[in-house]
Amino acid sequence: MRTMIASVYAMALYGFIFLPVAMLVLFSFQGTLFPIPPFNGPSLRWYEAVLNDARLTSGLMNSILVAVTTSALATVLGFLSAWGFARFHLPGSALLRGLITLPLTVSYLIIGMGLLILFNWLGLPKSLIAAGIGHVVINLPLCFAIIYSQMGDHQANVERAARDLGASEIKVLLLITAPMLWPALFASFFLSMTFSWDEFVIAFLLTRFDTTLPVEIWNLLRAGLNPKTNAVGALVFGVSVMLAIIFELVALRRRNS
Amino acid sequence: MTPGTASRIGWASVTPALLWTLAFFALPFLAMAIVSVYPKGGAGFSLANYGQFFTNPSYWRAMTNSIEVTAIVTVISVLLAYPFAWILAFVVPRRWQRLALMLAVLPFWTSYVVRSYAWLLVLAEKGVINTSLLELGAITEPLQLANTRTATVIGFVHFFVMLLTLTIYANLKQLSPNYRKAAADLGATPLQSFAHVILPLTLPGIMVGAFLTFVLAIGDYITPQILGGNNELLMPQLIMMQIGRRGDFSSASALSIILMVVVTLAYFACARWLRIERA
Repeated sequence: MRTMIASVYAMALYGFIFLPVAMLVLFSFQGTLFPIPPFNGPSLRWYEAVLNDARLTSGLMNSILVAVTTSALATVLGFLSAWGFARFHLPGSALLRGLITLPLTVSYLIIGMGLLILFNWLGLPKSLIAAGIGHVVINLPLCFAIIYSQMGDHQANVERAARDLGASEIKVLLLITAPMLWPALFASFFLSMTFSWDEFVIAFLLTRFDTTLPVEIWNLLRAGLNPKTNAVGALVFGVSVMLAIIFELVALRRRNS
Repeated sequence: MTPGTASRIGWASVTPALLWTLAFFALPFLAMAIVSVYPKGGAGFSLANYGQFFTNPSYWRAMTNSIEVTAIVTVISVLLAYPFAWILAFVVPRRWQRLALMLAVLPFWTSYVVRSYAWLLVLAEKGVINTSLLELGAITEPLQLANTRTATVIGFVHFFVMLLTLTIYANLKQLSPNYRKAAADLGATPLQSFAHVILPLTLPGIMVGAFLTFVLAIGDYITPQILGGNNELLMPQLIMMQIGRRGDFSSASALSIILMVVVTLAYFACARWLRIERA
């Protein structure tokens, strides 16, 4: 009886969780002009429309570019600072670590607006670079926190051994610390990628003509319900799920090895 | 390595991240604070933008709307997610748990903008719910679901049920099974064991999840804008409106700072509460 209730409850929640996504994907194959019942497909015409839309494809390329570069930068900055704080006794360390993680508690909207005001003052135009700077701001605390939490004493001992054997600090960092921490580095880079890939408000405020995919999708929403939006949404969902599965497989392999 | 070199290397490695945070987080915040006290079109320094928040009923209304919606969302999400996480952790056979959990949070990976749009497909006037209900004869007129507070709440709950299921599941799995066994040995019914043992032990984790929900929901512009529409404004919508339609960065900055103060207050309320729990 208890298992019965549990199954019904779980099924209901799975239903709730999957209902919008199922509708999104189903009506992306709609044959007619509106993504509303009745379904009359399947048709690939809206996927064709997406691939032939220059704004969407350039938004896609921009999103990939911004996600990869900002995640790499955030991971490197996070790694260096985590290493510095974990291995050296720096005065005011707790306060400075607090400063680095502070952006985690502030809404993206506020971070984006602050940057917009600052760049206005400095006379810097809206651009992908401006949005990229914002993406590093939101991802750096995350990378720092993940990598810092994985800095253990056993790694410090190996680093010391390498130093005793004559390795320079750069060599220690690149050949000893980074490889030992690679799961944390991978997780940081990967999570940053997904956050940047999905980020809307900062990109919306800080870019103008050349913009990222979420902003282009937002622009499509002005047309109301439209199967083309379904198609591009389903494609984005597909990419994200693929990334999630890769992440899961890598994480699993790590645990089993 | 001398202590001097060591500290130089230490500083060199933390400086880039610190500079980045100062230049692109602290400095913009300072700029916002300054802009907020020089109202647009005003003669000079003035706290008018902050005063306006308390005197203009529509601004005040946006804040109370935000707090109401966020509180409703947080409570509903926790109530829905807890039993779900429980089932995933204790009822689903062990070998299927990982898959079951991954499925439960799969739509979490949909783009945030797309997820809200997907709910629009379900809730719109000619959407799935209205069409089905009309065909079943349960209603004769389509229900107004999109562009309401209900739609905003549904969109938010959808997202945060997944997030909270993840955090509560992790919490439940960390508990040693011995607690439940001990409670049962001492004669507790499953319900008693839950109410007096498991729930108190998982409460700190729930509070962290609830706080996260509160912070993320109250600062979000996308969900209320797409699903709630402009019938009833929440704070982030009001802030964006100041920037977009009116180009009034001064007022937008003041409202943002007020929103941050509310989030900080919520943080302190939660932090103190949590510490008492742990003692």
